[in-house]
Amino acid sequence: MSGKPRLTYCNGRGRMEPVRWLLAAAGVEFEENFLETREQYEKLIKDGVLMFQQVPLVEIDGMKMVQTRAILSYIAGKYNLYGKDLKERALIDMYVEGITDLMQMILMFPFSPPEAKEKNLDSIKERATNRYFPVFEKVLKQHGQDFLVGNKFSWADVQLIEAILAVEEKIPAVLSGFPQLQAFKIRTSNMPTIKKFLQPGSPRKPPPDERYVETVLKIFKK
Amino acid sequence: MAGKPKLYYFNGRGKMESIRWLLAAAGVEFEEEFLETREQYEKLLQGGSLLFQQVPMVEIDGMKMVQTRAILSYIAAKYNLYGKDLKERALIDMYVGGTDDLMGFILVFPFLSAEDKEKQRAVIVQKATSRYFPAYEKVLKDHGQDFLVGNNFSWADVHLFEAILMVEEKKSDVLSGFPQLQAFKARISSIPTIKKFLEPGSQRKPVSDDKYVETVRRVLRMYYDIKAN
Repeated sequence: MSGKPRLTYCNGRGRMEPVRWLLAAAGVEFEENFLETREQYEKLIKDGVLMFQQVPLVEIDGMKMVQTRAILSYIAGKYNLYGKDLKERALIDMYVEGITDLMQMILMFPFSPPEAKEKNLDSIKERATNRYFPVFEKVLKQHGQDFLVGNKFSWADVQLIEAILAVEEKIPAVLSGFPQLQAFKIRTSNMPTIKKFLQPGSPRKPPPDERYVETVLKIFKK
Repeated sequence: MAGKPKLYYFNGRGKMESIRWLLAAAGVEFEEEFLETREQYEKLLQGGSLLFQQVPMVEIDGMKMVQTRAILSYIAAKYNLYGKDLKERALIDMYVGGTDDLMGFILVFPFLSAEDKEKQRAVIVQKATSRYFPAYEKVLKDHGQDFLVGNNFSWADVHLFEAILMVEEKKSDVLSGFPQLQAFKARISSIPTIKKFLEPGSQRKPVSDDKYVETVRRVLRMYYDIKAN
């Protein structure tokens, strides 16, 4: 039994992807247990390892953690990506929560009916360019530092780079009005652990396709 | 300028209620500014007070905080309701995540059509009794302590207590299969700060009614077409 964290989820991004990003950013190796069948999921429930019968599940430091935010907060705290004091943590939490709201739209997108997809894509573009990206553009411009909070790499920066790349996959020119974010993206992509995660063969998962959607629906159908 | 936190939200529960509960549980007095008109909301927006153009917003310790979870985490940590170390914090975060999901089903309830309300009531009760309450019942049974985490009153207890009361408002006997939770409820109710918050005249808000829904829709120009889960 290795000391590495063990992630249980479908073989795709979903709610686990931010956890993969954060562990990778912290330089932490991890194992993955992919859910492929309903039977696997039902066994997990029967074994009592899913506190609320849901994944993500991350086995880390003797705990069977569920609830994505709880998992991410723990990892951030453990690997010093959570600021130096309560006020920095508050800023990181605010930024992460905002980005999560944007990512939620992307998360749900593959599961929306075909006739709603164009409208949903417009919503993602609208929110990214009018609500979320302007905030982080302004934060970076005002303090002129490389990172969002406390002049130090944190969970907020990891979450932001993940979101930028995810939105760009849908709307390639989305950063065109945001020079600070463009520079942020380049800087952050070049950090050794991030650079490694962005290379082929890393645990990073590809964008969700129909097969992924089918698998999720098959496993979790009510 | 008072040192008290100031809450900006509608005069009703919504996403702000958990914050009211936590401040009250910590014995912290707070002020409230209620959004009643679109103009008030636009003024807040223009003034740059709402980082993502949304409420809840809480002015606290020189910050204009938004994002409910961030606000709650800050308050919990500041007032020592967040456990003694990283692992206790992890447990509290997990437990709060569950009660947050449960209360999410109730949050949308006032905005639903009459027909959808009945469907949603059934969903709330089903989720509470088959997914969430059993999890907390087991936690309490397994360690036999008064509080969920670390034998100490924490944010997780406040949040669970709030969730229990809200589900009971939808089905009064919902705790009947959960003796640990019944005892938990009685214990938490008698904590002085909680007891005070439960009394008439406190800043606790009543169950959201049509007037609340109308105000939210008018001020935000949103949430006209919410469906049951």
